[in-house]
Amino acid sequence: MTATVNRRGFLKTGAATAGGLLVSFYLPEQTRLAAAATTAKLNAFVHVSPDDTVTLFIHKAEMGQGTVTSLSMLLAEELECDWSKIRTEFPGVSTEYGPYQGVFGSQSIRTSWMTLRRAGATAREMLIQAAAQQWNVDKSRCRAENGSVINADSNARLSFGSVAEGAAKLPAPSNVTLKNPAQFHLIGKPTKRLDTSGKVNGSARFGLDVRVPEMLHAVVERSPVFGGKVATFDATKTKTIPGVKEVVPISNGVAVVADNTWSAMEGRRVLQIKWDEGAVASVSSTGISKNFVEYSQKPGAVARKTGDSAAALQSASKKVEAVYETPFLAHAPMEPLNCVAHVRADACEVWASTQGQSAARDEAVRITGLAPDKVKVYSEFMGGGFGRRARADYIGEAVEVSKAIGAPVQVTWSREDDLQQDFYRPAAYGRFTAGLDADGWPTALSARLICPPFGGLSNGVARTGVEGIVDLIYSIPNVLVDYHALDPGIPVSYWRSVGYSQNTFFLESFIDEIAHASGKDPLELRLRLLQNAPRLKAVLELAADKFGWSKPLPAGHGRGIAVVNNIGSFTAQVVEASIDRGKLRVHRVVCAVDCGYAVNPSGIDQQIRSGIVFGLSALKGGITIDRGRVLQQNFHQYDVLHMDEMPSVEVHVLPTPNNPGGIGEASTPGIVPAVANAIFAATGKRIRKLPVSAEELA
Amino acid sequence: MALVKFTLNGKAQTVDAAPAMPLLWVLRDQLGLTGTKFGCGMSLCGACTVHINGQAVRSCVTPISTVAGKTVVTIEGLSANSNHPIQQAWVEQDVPQCGYCQSGQIMTASALLAKTANPSDADIDEAMHGNICRCGTYDMIRSAIHRAAEIARTEGGRR
Repeated sequence: MTATVNRRGFLKTGAATAGGLLVSFYLPEQTRLAAAATTAKLNAFVHVSPDDTVTLFIHKAEMGQGTVTSLSMLLAEELECDWSKIRTEFPGVSTEYGPYQGVFGSQSIRTSWMTLRRAGATAREMLIQAAAQQWNVDKSRCRAENGSVINADSNARLSFGSVAEGAAKLPAPSNVTLKNPAQFHLIGKPTKRLDTSGKVNGSARFGLDVRVPEMLHAVVERSPVFGGKVATFDATKTKTIPGVKEVVPISNGVAVVADNTWSAMEGRRVLQIKWDEGAVASVSSTGISKNFVEYSQKPGAVARKTGDSAAALQSASKKVEAVYETPFLAHAPMEPLNCVAHVRADACEVWASTQGQSAARDEAVRITGLAPDKVKVYSEFMGGGFGRRARADYIGEAVEVSKAIGAPVQVTWSREDDLQQDFYRPAAYGRFTAGLDADGWPTALSARLICPPFGGLSNGVARTGVEGIVDLIYSIPNVLVDYHALDPGIPVSYWRSVGYSQNTFFLESFIDEIAHASGKDPLELRLRLLQNAPRLKAVLELAADKFGWSKPLPAGHGRGIAVVNNIGSFTAQVVEASIDRGKLRVHRVVCAVDCGYAVNPSGIDQQIRSGIVFGLSALKGGITIDRGRVLQQNFHQYDVLHMDEMPSVEVHVLPTPNNPGGIGEASTPGIVPAVANAIFAATGKRIRKLPVSAEELA
Repeated sequence: MALVKFTLNGKAQTVDAAPAMPLLWVLRDQLGLTGTKFGCGMSLCGACTVHINGQAVRSCVTPISTVAGKTVVTIEGLSANSNHPIQQAWVEQDVPQCGYCQSGQIMTASALLAKTANPSDADIDEAMHGNICRCGTYDMIRSAIHRAAEIARTEGGRR
């Protein structure tokens, strides 16, 4: 009954949106086939219907970063279609979209900048060619404009829809000329998102909203200690809960399957499991902090050696030293992890809000043993990702449960599961030493970085542990960066801005300490040290100017700055903050960013604001490990930014004629040290350990 | 299991559910109204906000038995054509990013506007404090609420 109602509800929604300027999601197979029968496929990204609707296939997933809109802009710019007649669809996993589909590392625009413009231009040329043939003129006499091909000699018009069928039969031109950026009419224009309408009336379908016929609901009880295994379990009480259908062991725990999510959760609450906790049961945050200090006393694997920092430190007029520490952080996207899987003997379907469509497919292939082409992955809107949804662990769980019970199932994570079973931003430690010359300018920098590694080690160094320092933005002649891979067994992974998130806090705090130790203005010091980094210097000057760096602030307020060059973009932030009765108040943030060609300036504005809020939350929250378990259970213990703490934010986009950089992770690293530096300016208290504690501010 | 009767989005509704089952899961899993979102299960994030007798209420901690005889409005029933002033302002100002928390934000904001026609920033802080957005759309929400108040005024108080 439930499934029928839901399905009807969905079909109704589908009908209401057909033909409009709408983002569409997974279509039931019959609808998809019906649409395909009349729609001409010009290439993997562009289909055109007889009614002139242009369907753009968005092969990157949408987690809020605006990909649906910005990738459509890249395609439409060259295609010359009518923007009001486009609809978008998320395709499945296919080699047509490259060897690996996923959204991470702020790469969507960077990796699509040429390919999608080329796909749009190729489709346009085919439409022009088809029209030229119909008119029996040379295609050089025709051009495309706003969804039509125009005959320059006769001024006749043929709509894209009317020539699409013929165009699809033509060979794709191997060489197309892309526009000169001066000719862009869409790229660079602030453009409203295409996915808003469904997000204000409840109709946008997220992973957790997927309903397929006969679908059951499951939750999984996992080991409270990382790496623990089920020793024995007793489901007697669980099976007495109304609605509970089955209890099945899977590789990382025990799944409770019910006819609704609540019953599954209630069943899990009374499930009795004995765990073999394993080695991580002896790990605690206090122990990790102690290890950090021990490791910081001995040399690590060399990540960068420029000049002779040891000698330069010896001969320095003054030395500055500081240590910094940051905690594990959870991603905590608003949509808890979930996945629907339906495993049959000869096929597997997966509906998921995932950043890693290919990884999801591969995980399902691994578990089912099916050939890759027998596994279908349907992308759903993600309720946030921030790196968490690049992992496929939660996909595998649903596939395992479906395989075990032989029915479609939705596995839902609770918020407690989300916070306690994450792959965290690593806890990290940095020990910094600088040598200053007689005039107070730094001549040597030594940085020792320690954190759990991920993403592989090269000569003992995890790139994810040293980025932001090893690619030092400042001109300092003698630099030594070394690294210790301290791995206590806590799962770690990519977290919005990755290594830059902690390392920019370390570096930009330390540069501030150098400035104060040498009696220099933090802005002046940076501008001088950025002499070989013109794009950073430019955004820093812009942000400082827009902020009014030299203007007086109210008593008790302080200003702080930070700059960062990550994901191919350049960002500077200036912050005004104060401590009000022991509580941190961030009043104002001015951010300037150079991400090259600004594809959608309003999308960039959104992402900069978003990254700032994400970073501000990193000042407040932390994950604490106690006996191999995470102490924080829900949002009352894992504090994130709320409405009343939101500062005023000004974003200044500085477009430059460079290939686009990323944007989703650009502003997260810098906001943290900018605030810490502002706290110092306001109070004289230097924040060297996160989260910022109330005692420190008191 | 028990039969519970209430009014849902303007229509009489009867459900057969465990009395303790939260309204959230009745809406999502039994009635197929997935616009109301699960975020925390402890009334800490606001994603599940609905109106019960006109008040913004967290459906994740509202047992279905307590809803008997009451009037429930979800995001799907807020307006006939997504044209509540809050929804209009949200679209006009491109508020949502991932969009997952926005049903809850909109339901909380529309309850605020029903009570306070011209909310101040402090009113907004107080009303919206419990609605978390991890994408960080707070400043857009704030300006869209002010805009919605304007729209509501020019529409002559249709709400």
